[in-house]
Amino acid sequence: MESGDGSSKPSLAAMTCVLGDLSQPDGSAELTHGGAVVRAAVYGPCEVKMSKEILDKATIEVVFKPKVGLPRCEDKSRERLIHDVFEAAVMVSLHPRSSIMIVLQEMENAEGLMATGVNAACLALLDAGISMKFLVAAVVCFVKSDGSLDLSPETQRGQADLDIVASLTFVFSEKDLNIMCVSSTGKYSVEQYDSCLHLCREASKSVFKFFRESLERKLSKSI
Amino acid sequence: MAAHMDRIVMPGDKICDLKESEATRKTILGPGLRTEGDCVYACKPGVLKFREPNVYWIDTHQKRYVPVKGEHVIGIVTQKAGDIFRVDIGGSVQASLSFLSFEGSTKRNRPDVKVGDMLYCRLLVANKDMEPEVVCIDGQGRSSGMGVVRNGGFLFKVSLNLVKKILSSSCILMKTLGQKLPFEVVVGLNGRVWVKGRSNKETIALANAICASEHMTNEQIKVMCQRLADAVAGFT
Repeated sequence: MESGDGSSKPSLAAMTCVLGDLSQPDGSAELTHGGAVVRAAVYGPCEVKMSKEILDKATIEVVFKPKVGLPRCEDKSRERLIHDVFEAAVMVSLHPRSSIMIVLQEMENAEGLMATGVNAACLALLDAGISMKFLVAAVVCFVKSDGSLDLSPETQRGQADLDIVASLTFVFSEKDLNIMCVSSTGKYSVEQYDSCLHLCREASKSVFKFFRESLERKLSKSI
Repeated sequence: MAAHMDRIVMPGDKICDLKESEATRKTILGPGLRTEGDCVYACKPGVLKFREPNVYWIDTHQKRYVPVKGEHVIGIVTQKAGDIFRVDIGGSVQASLSFLSFEGSTKRNRPDVKVGDMLYCRLLVANKDMEPEVVCIDGQGRSSGMGVVRNGGFLFKVSLNLVKKILSSSCILMKTLGQKLPFEVVVGLNGRVWVKGRSNKETIALANAICASEHMTNEQIKVMCQRLADAVAGFT
């Protein structure tokens, strides 16, 4: 996307997704966004372990599996973040004393894995037909060493990470595009934060549009 | 209203201008719709459906069953605990089944039900706050087709949409298949289907035909049934 003043405006990398290709889970999605690929599976509402049972709402369990090895601290923090986002978005009070399990498998790691994970989980929940209050979409924004902002993780592939001084992941709800969660690393100024937020909020509209198009494709086939 | 018919909606979509019934000024909201304040929102992704005079609901593609009172389901007995059986009906919690809720059963005359048996039963209690309860009798104490399903056959799982499709009166799948080969079938609204043909070969063919019919139109189903009958008879 080229803006009027000659400088190119940062835009999102292309997204592709496959819905419901796994037979065992109740809903599944594989989302490719730039260089990051995440496969998500949703089970539920199903039986919950006694220790995790909540009397008046469903327990949301999130498991983030890295490509190799055991889950590390950063994976656990991702799980926590995704859990908190979807606890707000899913209508948990509809299924008390049951569990909704979201399993995320990292297929390809790249900058913006967290955002791709949130979006893949949202698509898998939609595929499973789980009741939600609103849709959520995550967008990641990078601050480069020269102070410029970039949205598309694809351009970072293969380049030295030194060029990126900060990355900010925003999660928006579709209702009024309010922020649900922000996760950031690195050093950035308040002005940079504000411009990142503005940029991501605009970009989230195209993510919501993508969700709609993907689901419309699926539903036009099945119903 | 025509503008609403068969539109694809997503969770969080606001749905305006719902048609009210003229007498009561009310609208009936079915699955997938919720109210917040004065507005109606969708909470599931799917196709918004409408039926005269004032009924709205959302048709979603789902695999997981959520028990609904009065629906007929296929369950599997997993445990026998005193007077009660535990039955897996595919929901979040196992359903309970009293040994007295079979036709003709009394405290002396217990029904012959073992762990692992397959049951065709009806949900008597289905509530998000309570354990579901199933029975194998109707209001008059008759079995009316329900009870333990025995003698072989094949049980498989399909999506909830396919089950609703084959049970709807507009779908000709069962009628057409029945003209080609004789078979027995039990369809549970929890996405489980049991079929039994004359031989194992026919049973497998029937199961494949039912699975394949998910995205087919009535015309395509007719063609498929013809090809299936030819294949089973050995013409191809």
